[in-house]
Amino acid sequence: MNDLLTGIETAFHLILTADPEVLNITIRTLQITFSSVLLSTIIAIPLGAAITFREFHGKKALISVIQTLYALPTVIVGLLCYMLLSRSGPLGDLKWLFTPNGMIFGQTILIIPIMAGLTIAALQAIDPIITDTIRSLGASRFQFLKSHLREARFAIMAAVIVGFSRAISEVGTAIMIGGNIKGHTRVLTTAISLQTSMGNFNLSLALGIILLAIALIINLFMGLVQNR
Amino acid sequence: MIGKLSFGIIALVLGAMLFCGAVSAEKVDNLGEHSADRLLIATTTSLDATKLLDLLEEKFKEETGATVEHVAVGTGQAIEIAKNCDADIVMVHDRVAEDKFIDEGFGVDRRVFGYNYFLLVGPENDPAKVAGLNGTAAFMAIEKATAEDPSVVFVSRGDNSGTHSREKLLWKWGGYDYAEINSSEWYREAGAGMGPTLTMTDELQGYTLSDSASWGTFESNLSLVPLVENDENFLNVYAVMRVSEEKCPDVNTEMAKKWINFMISDEVQDILSTYGVEKNGVPYFNPGRGSAEVMGVTVEETTDKVA
Repeated sequence: MNDLLTGIETAFHLILTADPEVLNITIRTLQITFSSVLLSTIIAIPLGAAITFREFHGKKALISVIQTLYALPTVIVGLLCYMLLSRSGPLGDLKWLFTPNGMIFGQTILIIPIMAGLTIAALQAIDPIITDTIRSLGASRFQFLKSHLREARFAIMAAVIVGFSRAISEVGTAIMIGGNIKGHTRVLTTAISLQTSMGNFNLSLALGIILLAIALIINLFMGLVQNR
Repeated sequence: MIGKLSFGIIALVLGAMLFCGAVSAEKVDNLGEHSADRLLIATTTSLDATKLLDLLEEKFKEETGATVEHVAVGTGQAIEIAKNCDADIVMVHDRVAEDKFIDEGFGVDRRVFGYNYFLLVGPENDPAKVAGLNGTAAFMAIEKATAEDPSVVFVSRGDNSGTHSREKLLWKWGGYDYAEINSSEWYREAGAGMGPTLTMTDELQGYTLSDSASWGTFESNLSLVPLVENDENFLNVYAVMRVSEEKCPDVNTEMAKKWINFMISDEVQDILSTYGVEKNGVPYFNPGRGSAEVMGVTVEETTDKVA
């Protein structure tokens, strides 16, 4: 109980005094998370659209695989990326291990399945009558895609929010690929994990509150966009 | 119309994200790959938890301009990272693992820079009556006590760290088969770093082996007490090595050599002799300089500059 109260107190103290280390960690977190969400959006939404609107052999199986990958453990993504990015691995020449770039790479891989899967679900949920109407009006392929994406925009935006939430809250890939290097690859979740392991429970809790506050602000902002 | 607006706003948000990324990238230094002057150390957690490395890295940067960073993991993982050529320097405390690492051709220029003692910590009422015994005898007393008293438990790091290696060695010195100990009901394998292991031991009111530097850092959050200290069975020697450029051509050999020489320099050795005294009463790490005999290493290993 004591830890809980001091945790909340510490959180406010850290925010109000703009603690430089917490600020640095928070900026790093936002930078990495936004980058990976942006990359995944660019990849996952077209991918989801392509899978939804194309008929091909094994389509159902592919969708099942994508949905199964929602459950991909973050540590496993971390381990796979570690093996890829290690200097002795196939992508070792990039020298991305223990760097923010490597973390963006890992988180992007982690959230692509979720965002692609939710995009597919969003597009499949569109009333077939609308699809037929758009087709019968002689829409070009681009117009067809555009009108569908517009039709499903709320659900697709939700997919982006879910991707963002998973990326900002995951710790497995961040710690495996980033290495939790102070001032370089330390993000909110890995800092929380470190502080917890050092027994500083109230500081961990404070960082957790900051993370949730960021998520809240992002969600409020997205909600504002949706209501326009 | 509304749709177009939404798309515009989404584009704006994505643009803002990109902008935010770009701006913060400027504010926070070196986002990208390792620079030529970047030295990466794979280290055992105690050197990190005491914040010693943060201090030394800063000093080293002032002197050489090189950015030194470290990933703090158990000794086992540190060596694994180095074997994958992902670190330039290894700083650990497990002689057996170090010798293997050197024999395999990965580790070179090993120097010993400091030491302290492991300590056996446990509940204040000490149900196994280990206080005052020597290291090996204390471990034997714990094993014997478990037969009569179910409240006696031992918590192990269980993570192939240097501390875990020593613990296995202590069971061996006591004449036990580790596999048998490991499968005992009273033996709890935490599979975690020193901090979480100490916290767990505290919750279970059990016994555990800790390095003294980590103990000094975490002690204030715990009700456990040190029961066996400064025992020669518990000697804990810290070494620094660089990763061979023959095995890993990309390592930063020049800086790595400078770092090793820095660690055994009078400057760092002087820091070690006082570091932690204020908080801990005694230094977290005793300097290796002048203590070769105590540590069971040659004088050359503590003083010879790497060429």
